[in-house]
Order: sequence, then structure tokens, then C-alpha cells
Amino acid sequence: MPTKSDKIMIRLDEVTRVYKVGVERISALDGVDLELRENEYVAIMGPSGSGKSTLMNVLGCLDRVSSGRYELDGQNTTGMGDAALARVRNERIGFVFQSFELLHRASALRNVEMPLIYSRDGWWSRRKRAMRMLERVGLGDRVKHRPNQLSGGEKQRVAIARALICNPSILLADEPTGNLDSKTSEDILALFDQLHAEGQTIILVTHEESVARHAKRIIRMKDGRISSDLPAEVDQARRGELIGELGKVTK
Amino acid sequence: MKTVLAMPLAFLRLLYQSVYLALSQIWANKTRSVLTTIGIVIGVASVTAVIAALTGLKAKILSQVETLGTNTIFIGPHVPDKGPMRHANWWQLRFRPEQFDNVLAHCPSVSVLSRIGGVGRRTVKYSEQSVDNVDIQGIEPAYHQIEHRPVILGRIFSPIDDDQVRQVCLIEPKLRDKLRMERDCIGETIRIGYTAFRVVGVIEARPQMNFGDGGQERYQIFIPFRTLEKLGEPFTWAMASGRTAETLEDGQAELKFFLRRTRNIRPGQPDTFEVQSLQSALATFNKIAVIVTMVAGGIVGISLLVGGVGIMNIMLVSVSERTREIGLRKAVGAKRSAILTQFMIESVTLCFFGGLVGIGFGQLLTMAIANIPQVKLDLAHIPLWAIGISFGFSGVVGIVFGMVPAIKAARLDPIEALRHE
Repeated sequence: MPTKSDKIMIRLDEVTRVYKVGVERISALDGVDLELRENEYVAIMGPSGSGKSTLMNVLGCLDRVSSGRYELDGQNTTGMGDAALARVRNERIGFVFQSFELLHRASALRNVEMPLIYSRDGWWSRRKRAMRMLERVGLGDRVKHRPNQLSGGEKQRVAIARALICNPSILLADEPTGNLDSKTSEDILALFDQLHAEGQTIILVTHEESVARHAKRIIRMKDGRISSDLPAEVDQARRGELIGELGKVTK
Repeated sequence: MKTVLAMPLAFLRLLYQSVYLALSQIWANKTRSVLTTIGIVIGVASVTAVIAALTGLKAKILSQVETLGTNTIFIGPHVPDKGPMRHANWWQLRFRPEQFDNVLAHCPSVSVLSRIGGVGRRTVKYSEQSVDNVDIQGIEPAYHQIEHRPVILGRIFSPIDDDQVRQVCLIEPKLRDKLRMERDCIGETIRIGYTAFRVVGVIEARPQMNFGDGGQERYQIFIPFRTLEKLGEPFTWAMASGRTAETLEDGQAELKFFLRRTRNIRPGQPDTFEVQSLQSALATFNKIAVIVTMVAGGIVGISLLVGGVGIMNIMLVSVSERTREIGLRKAVGAKRSAILTQFMIESVTLCFFGGLVGIGFGQLLTMAIANIPQVKLDLAHIPLWAIGISFGFSGVVGIVFGMVPAIKAARLDPIEALRHE
């Protein structure tokens, strides 16, 4: 059993992200503070334009903060160069995308081992590690298959195996069930639950309540700020209350 | 130890991986890759074929040169570039036979010398048969020591033939056949113009030089030099042999010095003749070969340029087609340098592939050239250095024209790339 630790995985300090569109300045993130501990399972929610995608890009080291400070697994990433950020992405972050982003000409195994091409070690044992990861996500018998021979759920499992292969500090999933039917979505979310139980830190970006319900903590974004940050049960209860009140009002 | 090796190992890994990726990419787009590399293929094929043809030509000339002997020196009139004689014609500049008198006594590095004279073409008759346009050559006995043309029947000229101005001749086998003479024609009499000559020997024909003869058969008859003088004033030149290959240049210098004196060329005036060895003739041929190669190289350069633009175009297409893949690779930790390397290697691999196919086609062309009997370039082959150069140029084209697409790929923003449709 994984031990619950108090180790801080992510710390955001007054983070802003400002885009310039012509002469206009748009604040996608407007002073975000956030602390995430190891083995947390967090859902980030919010309507489009709320800044949740920007937050995810910042957390995934794909984007830089305009001001403030971002610490990942004890390492300050603010002001890092491109190459250093690439290395952080390679070693600390596992991405799962809505549309899987598999290389369609490569086998499941090759897709999974792909990040190891860019890593400093693990290249020599990449085949073995990729095999182990595919078994972990339940695809031990689909190793040689190409993406077009796999179902949607299987594709996403391959993508999850790929995200996990470098042993990332956080698993960052952007609408992982967005392209899947509800039955397959449940399977994938069950896999996330299992990974969380095994000690993986997971951040889920979604706009679906049913998906967010799997997380243990729900962060809601609005206008580039965190509007609420509550444990899942409390969040759901609040939401229940709100809906109840809304019902009363409409009555 | 591990850290020392880490950098080169990481690079080798990247290289291996990139080559693998590039090959699978080319394999996945077979038709496109073939069409793209056609420019390179044509360029490399034509340059290798041209070089192969030149190599064959050179080998052919060398084999003909060997029959002449490598120590051979040619002495003939030459119109100088400047000085009072620069507008003179060849007849005015011709040698007079006496200008060679006592030449060997003054040229210790020259072992033998033979004056050679021509009086133009004459009609040769044997009984009722006649052959027009036969080249009448007057030679001295020393000629047999200079040119390696064995007399296969009868005898060679002796000094007595020359001293006594005998009316004897050596003929070539094909002329003998043309005149419908017996195989053993020694002692028979033929007529050159109206003068009777006795055939004393049959001299082997020289391997045919293929240039400018227009395929027409040429016949030669040799008669003693002094006999030739009786037929008319000959156009005279000379062939000589150096004692050794090392002193060949000394011999040439001695001959020049001697001939300037006998031809009364004043100090400061340019030579009105030239003393050339086969070595220097070969050097001239090599110069021409270099020029031809360079001209061919220029044409090939243009076709490689066109091929390179094709490569650049297809690589740009490839980059925009694979934008999402590039975004993904960056997201999972590929650095700019890794993406750059991947696309550079892809274009270089594409060009090498084109180069390889081009060399294949060049080989086919070469074999075709070597098998056309009229061209007589049966010795044509692609030398190893030409293969090296072809690959080198293909690689350079790949690097130069792969640069722009690769930089474009490396600079892609991963967020934008992953959003790309």
C-alpha cells in the first residue's frame, strides 16, 4: 500500500499568464495559488475561457508563467530554458490527451516506449519497460497492434501507459474521456482510480461532473482564478445544495 | 565513466532512432519519396555515367599509348602564340630533314630518333586492284625501336634501305587484303602513283583511334624516309625515345635546345615547334577531362539544386502533416535539437536513398555505354571516388535543403502544434 505523504508535489505562487493579442492584454491566469501533495487526485473544472487549459499547460511545463513562481517536485521551473523544460516534461510529467495522440504507424509497444527515446536513461531497457507498462494498463496482449487495430478505450490505455513510462511525478490528463463512450469512460476512470491507489499523483482537467466525481479534490476555475477548491465530497454536497436552492428559486 | 560516455551515447541513440524513424517515414510514403528524389537520382546517375565514360576513355587512350611506348617524344611544328611567326602556317614552320642531322650526338638523353615524313595520300595499285587515299609515311629504321608495331611478316627496314634509297615498303594486313594480295606478299611489287615498290614486310595495324575518322578505313604504307624525299618534299616531323623515363624531360630539353639552334631561332623568340612526350600529352588529356567533368558537374549541380528544392518542399509538407506528432514529441520531452536532428536525418536519408538509386542507374548507363560497340568504351566503369563524391553531394543537398524544414519543425510551439488540425 502506498503511504500517504505530505510531500508537496506542486506549488504555484501568485501565478499569472498574460497573452498579448494585438494591443490587448488578456490574463488567462490572474494570480493562482495552489498546493498539491503527493498521491493527490485532483480534478480541475471550469467553463471554456476560465483558464483551466492555460493552468494545465503551465502545470505541464508546456507554457511559462508571466509572473509568480512554479515549483514542481521541489524544483523551481520558473525561468527555465526550453531544453531544461523539455527534460522536466520528460522526467516528471505524463500527458494524456483527449484525442490520444498516438503515432498511427507505430505498434502499441513503440508508442509506449517513445518518450524513452528522449530520456537520459531507460533506453536500453525500453522494450521491457514498455511491456510492463502495457501489462499494467491491461493491454499485455495488444503489444504488436497498431492504433487503427485498437478500440478507443484501448488507445487511451496505450496513451496512459506511454504517460507512465518515465515514472512521472504527476499524470496530467486533459479530458481523457472526451472521445469515449460512457462505458469505456468508466473503464478508463477505473484505471485512474487504480493508479491513484498505487500512489500516482493525478491531475484531471474536465468539464464533466461525472468524471470529476472520481477525483478526491475538485478545483473550479473562473476568469483566470480559482473560484473554489474543496474535497470532492464537500464540493458535491455544495453543488447539491446549490441545485436544491436553484430548484426552490425556480419554483 | 558513465557520465563521460553519456553525451556521445545519447547522440548515437538519437542518430539510430532518427535513422530508424526516417526509414519508416520513407517506407510509409514510398511513391512520394521516389518522386521527390528523382532530381537527385538523375543528377547522381548522370554524373556517375559521365565520370565512368571519361574513365573508360582514359583507359582506352592509355592502352593505345602503351603501343607507342611511354618514353616516346613527339617533335613537330607548332605555331607560337607571339613573335613574328605567330601568323605562319604549318607548311612554313615545317621541319627540314637536315635540321635533325647529328641530333643524337647533341642529345645524350635521347636514345633513338626517327624522322617521319608525309607526302599526303596517294593511290596504290597491285595488278588490277587499286586503293585511293593511302597515307604514305617515310620512316627511318629507328622507328621500329620507338613505336611498338611489330612486323609480323618479312623484315623491318634496315639502314641500307635508307642509305641506298631503296624502293621498298611495309604494308598493313588490311591493305594487303584490300589489294587482294596473297597472304605471303613479300617480294611482290605494288605501285605508289607511278613508282614501283617491293613489299618487304607486313606491319601490324595500330589500334584504331576512334575520333574524327568517321568510320572510314585508313590505310598506311611505310617507305624509307630518303625514298620518300624522292616522291616530293615531305612534311617532316620526328619521333624519339628517351633513354629512361626519369631523363625524359632532360631529353626533351636537349632536343629543344638543339632544334632552336638548327632552326635559327634567336634568343628571346618563342619556339616554332613543340617537343611533347606522351606524358605531357596525357597531362593535356587530363586537363580536358577535368574541364568536361566540371561542365558535367555544373549541369549535375543544377539538377541537384532542383532535386534539393524538391526535397525541401516535401520536407515542409512532412513537417506540416506531422505537426501534431511534433507537438506530442515535444510534450513528452523531445528537445529542439532532437526534433531538428530527426528532420535533418530524414532529409539526408532521403537524399542518400536518391544517391543510391542514382548510382544504380549510373551503373546501368555505364554498362549500356560499355556495350555499344561503335563507342568502344568497353573499359568504362564507375571509380570508387565517384561513388564517394555522389554520396557526399547527396548528403550535402540533404543538409542544406533539409535545414529550413527542420528548423521550422524544431521551433514549433508544442501547445499550438497539439491544437493543429
